[in-house]
Amino acid sequence: MSIRSNVLDLRKRKREIQKGGGDKAIEKQTQMGKLTARERIVALLDKNSFHEYDLFVEHSAKDFGMETKVLHGDGVIIGTGTIYNKPVCIFAQDFTVAGGSLGLMHARKITKIMDHALKMRVPLIGINDSGGARIQEGVNSLAGYGEIFFRNTLASGVIPQISVILGPCAGGAVYSPALTDFVFMVENISKMFITGPGVIKSVLGEEISMEELGGAKVHAEITGNAHFYAVSEQECFEQIKKLISYIPRNNISKAMPFPPKPPRKGKKIEDIVPGDSRIPYDMREIIKSITDNSEFFEIMEHFAPNIIIGFGRMEGETVGFIANQPMVLAGVLDTDSSDKSARFIRYCDAFNIPIVTLEDLPGYLPGVDQEHAGVIRHGAKILYAYSEATVPKITVIIRKAYGGGYIAMNSRHLRADFVFAWPTAEIAVMGPEGAANIVFRKEIAEAENPEKVRQQKIQEYKEKFANPYVAAAQGYIDEVIEPRDTRGRILHGLKVSENKNVLLPNKKHGIPPF
Amino acid sequence: MSTEKELKNLIIEGTVYKTTYTGKYSNRVSWQSPDPNKLYSFIPGTVIDIFVKPKDKVKEGETLLLLEAMKMQNQVRMPFDGEIVRIHVKKDETIPKKHLMVEIKPLNTKVKIET
Repeated sequence: MSIRSNVLDLRKRKREIQKGGGDKAIEKQTQMGKLTARERIVALLDKNSFHEYDLFVEHSAKDFGMETKVLHGDGVIIGTGTIYNKPVCIFAQDFTVAGGSLGLMHARKITKIMDHALKMRVPLIGINDSGGARIQEGVNSLAGYGEIFFRNTLASGVIPQISVILGPCAGGAVYSPALTDFVFMVENISKMFITGPGVIKSVLGEEISMEELGGAKVHAEITGNAHFYAVSEQECFEQIKKLISYIPRNNISKAMPFPPKPPRKGKKIEDIVPGDSRIPYDMREIIKSITDNSEFFEIMEHFAPNIIIGFGRMEGETVGFIANQPMVLAGVLDTDSSDKSARFIRYCDAFNIPIVTLEDLPGYLPGVDQEHAGVIRHGAKILYAYSEATVPKITVIIRKAYGGGYIAMNSRHLRADFVFAWPTAEIAVMGPEGAANIVFRKEIAEAENPEKVRQQKIQEYKEKFANPYVAAAQGYIDEVIEPRDTRGRILHGLKVSENKNVLLPNKKHGIPPF
Repeated sequence: MSTEKELKNLIIEGTVYKTTYTGKYSNRVSWQSPDPNKLYSFIPGTVIDIFVKPKDKVKEGETLLLLEAMKMQNQVRMPFDGEIVRIHVKKDETIPKKHLMVEIKPLNTKVKIET
C-alpha cells in the first residue's frame, strides 16, 4: 500500500468528522440564524491561520445507548490561530453534535487548549454553544465543568480570557464565562441562565421567554454579565478583534503599539463642559478629545452607564479610561457602577495598562434600594481596586469631586501618581447646597428671611470651597491645568511613570469586598 | 445625545442635577414598611391546605396554612396571638412570591383593618 492511499484515507476521515453533526443538523443551525462552530472560527481568526487539534477524539460514554453513538470531535473544536498575526488559543462548541453537550472527552479537549494557552501565555477565546451537561455521562460531565472553572481561575490575570456566547449557555456552564474577563453576546442568539424558563414556570409559575430571561440585552443592560452586545455574529467578531488589538497578550507583555495620532479636530475641549455644574454633558466627548484619533473603545456600554470604562490610545499606547458620566444619573456612584469600574481597574492593573480617571460626580446615589443592595460593600470595591493598583494612575478632576466620591475616584490618598484639576473643579466634602444647609443651619433657621440667607450662604460656600485651590493648597492636587493642556499633561504623566515601581506588602492575597 | 427636553431631575444632597435616568433606576421599587398584620408568601408555591377561617382566634405559632414550594411543605404560622381577619387565598391556588395570603390582627387591641 502506498502512502498516497493513507493520505487519501486521512482526508476522507477528516472530511467526515469536519461535517460535525451532519447536513441536517447544520441546516437546523443555519435556520436558527447561527453560523456553525467551524464557520465562526474562520470568521474570527486571520485567514488560513486556524490549526486544529484533537479532531479524532471520541466520547467515552458507555451507558444509556451511548456506546453505539458516534459524536464527531465530541461536539467541540479546539485549536490555535492568529488575530492581527498574534497567536490565540480557541475552542468552539459545536451545537450540531449532540447539542454541543459537554461530556468527559469534550471537556478534556477544552482543558487541553486552556492548558496550552496558559503555558504559552496567549489569549484564550471560548465560543459557547451548548445545551449543557451530557446527562448520559453523569458525574463525568460535572467533573469536566469543574476542571474548566479551575483553569479559568488559574489563568485569570495571566492571559486574557474571552467568552463568546453564541447559543445556549445554561446551568453550571455559565460559570466559565463568568470567571473570564470579557463576555460577548449577540441579540436573539445568545442565551445565558442558571435555570431556564421551563423550570421557572413549573416551579414558580412565572412565565418568561428565553430572551427576556437571559438574552444578550438583559445581560448587557441589567445583570452586567455581558461586556459586549452585538446584533449579529459578524459584529460580535469585529468587537472581539478590536478588543484584542487593545489588550496585551499576557501579563508580562505590552499591547501592540499603533502609530501615534493626534485627536481629531472637533469641538474644543473647553466648550464641551457647561459652566453650571448641575447641567450635564457627554463625558465621552472629553475622552475623545484626549485619545489618539479621537477613538474610544467602550466596554459595558449599556450597564451602569453612569460610569464609563474602556480603552483608548495615547501616542499609540493603550490606556484604560474610567470616567463619571454626568449625562446619566448625574454620574453618581452606585452598586452597579462600583462593580463595573472596580473590575476594570483590576483588569488594567493585572495587564499593566495605565489608568486615566476623569472625574465629575456629585457623590453616591441615595435610596433605600441602594442601601439594601449593599452599596457599602459594592462601593468599597472601587477604593480597594484603586488602592491596590500599581500601574500608572492619573486623575483629572473636570468639575465636581464631592465627599466619598472624591476619595473613591483615584484620589491622591489612594496613591494616584498625578492628580490634575481644571479651574472648574469643585473639590469639597459635599455640594454647596447641602453644605450650607448644615454649616449654617442655625443662621438660616433664625433669619427673618431664611430662603434669602440660605441662598447667601450657598453663594458664600461656593466662593470659598467650590474650586480646586483649597485642595491644591494642601498638595492633594498636583496642578490646576487649563482644559486644553489635558492631553499633554496626561501624556507627560504617562511618560514619566513608565518605570513606575511600587511594591505592596508581601501577602498571599488580599480579601477584596467581593 | 439626549436633548434638553429629555433631561430629568436628580437631587443629591440638596442640589438638583439635570440628567437622564437608567431603566433600572426608573423601575426601582420604592420602599414600604412591612405591615405585621399582613402575611405575604415568602416564596412562590401552591396552597395545599388552609386550617383557619375568618374570626378564628389563633395562638402564636399555630399553623395557618401549608404552602408547597420547591417540593417542601412550608408551614405558615401565626406570628402572634391574634384573630384571622381575612383569607386571600384558596386551597390548591398557585401564588407568586410576595402575594398577600392572610390578614390578621392582634388580640386585645383594636386595629382598623382596611378591606
